[in-house]
Amino acid sequence: MDVIAFYIFAAIAVVASVLVVGQKNPMHSVMLLITSFGALAGLYVLLDAPFTAVTQIIIYAGAIMVLFLFVVMLLNVPREEPAPPAVSALLGPTGIRIGVILSLLLGAEIVWALSRIGLGWFPQDPAAASVSSVALIGASLFTRHAFAFEATSVLILVAMIGAVVLARREH
Amino acid sequence: MPAWLPPPAVLAHLGLILVVFNMLVLSAAFMVWMERKVCAYIQDRNGPNRVGFEGVLQPFADVIKLLFKEELRPKAADALLFAIAPVISAAAAFAAFAVIPFGTSTTLWGLLDQPIPLQVTDVNVAVLVIFAITSMGIYGIVLAGWSSNSKYSLLGGLRSSAQMISYELSYGLALAAVIMLAGSLSLREIVLNQAGTWWGFIPRWYVFLQPIGFLIFMTAGVAETNRAPFDFPEAEQELVAGYHTEYSSMSFAMFFLAEYVNMVTVSAVATSLFLGGWLGPFLPDWLAWVWFLVKVFLILFFYVWMRWTLPRYRYDQLMEFGWKYLLPVAVLNLLATAALILWIG
Repeated sequence: MDVIAFYIFAAIAVVASVLVVGQKNPMHSVMLLITSFGALAGLYVLLDAPFTAVTQIIIYAGAIMVLFLFVVMLLNVPREEPAPPAVSALLGPTGIRIGVILSLLLGAEIVWALSRIGLGWFPQDPAAASVSSVALIGASLFTRHAFAFEATSVLILVAMIGAVVLARREH
Repeated sequence: MPAWLPPPAVLAHLGLILVVFNMLVLSAAFMVWMERKVCAYIQDRNGPNRVGFEGVLQPFADVIKLLFKEELRPKAADALLFAIAPVISAAAAFAAFAVIPFGTSTTLWGLLDQPIPLQVTDVNVAVLVIFAITSMGIYGIVLAGWSSNSKYSLLGGLRSSAQMISYELSYGLALAAVIMLAGSLSLREIVLNQAGTWWGFIPRWYVFLQPIGFLIFMTAGVAETNRAPFDFPEAEQELVAGYHTEYSSMSFAMFFLAEYVNMVTVSAVATSLFLGGWLGPFLPDWLAWVWFLVKVFLILFFYVWMRWTLPRYRYDQLMEFGWKYLLPVAVLNLLATAALILWIG
């Protein structure tokens, strides 16, 4: 049952993510990305991490994507111009060339990482089930990961100040 | 019982889902009737009184009329998103109710070996699940506004998304204060924590510990459900009908349904978090859900009463109120609650 659900969610996540890139209409891309996030939340539920699943929905699908949608709607980008037929992907404009290099790097990294850990089933960790407890997550956030937590909040503050500065420039 | 049937517990659970779903649809129909009736009396009229006793069957007549109407779609609309939007709205509205407990457990007069709780599913992060699903409901409205390819719809969709994002923060902070008091994210546990009384007559409901939180929650709830005085997405004078201007027939009815089911859900959440859920005196355990219905009904009545009493805000007033008053008060309320919990222990 869990395995079937896993494959369904995984398939939805992968297909939706691939389609995000292939859409001409940015609005459809945003919707597909939300679908992909939803499928990821389903995977978290299967991993016995309902809290992570719910935060995934609230933060990514709920808050961030609404902002994306907002921007797309306000800019009213109708459709992307179809790219001029490239002679070859490698000989295309600089942007495409960098993209090719980056994706090759990423592919190499994935192959390397998989060769390190092996492709077997992960062992069941009995302690893993308790990770779903909200109290435990909170405790480790404020003790073991306190530095990362505080550093993130500073980053978010920087982003907020940046947004305010950009918004005020027009006056 | 024949062997091919699933075990009774599974059947009972499916039955429970069916009952909850139909109760929500019926309560939406009832709300439409109540809204029109209360509005009529407030405006010194009679309201619907032809179909059924005092017009109770009016919503059903309306639905039949809507079913037989032509389904229209603007030529320049985005066909797929235009069709999906009302489904997202309605699905999100119904899904949120799944985690709300509305009574103790029952064995259906001994039919089942194990009692089943009166709740579709008991998730240990129920409060957050409701929050997550409510935030999904925004997409229905935004997509409807965008995909209709009409300026009124687009403005309605934009307004409602801005409004819902703004008020969701205060809504969440009001929830957080209650979560801290209860020390749990499960709605069933939060309700059970409110059992008992102070000095024998004041029930230990969180509304008495969190009066400001309750007010914030109710205000943000009105904004979240796009009800007057915060019903900007559909401000008639400015936006025709807002995000659902271009919708007709059943897809319009689905937005309508979603709006009323959302109201029921917000009232049910308020009942569970602040008013002790199904807990109440006099009634035996198996009738506890009656208290739940009574409390939800009173909040719903309050919503209707408010809609026909208060005029609509201006849009900039709404945003200013949300960000400059409601949010700071919600943050202060949260901090004060945290400090008091630390101090008293």
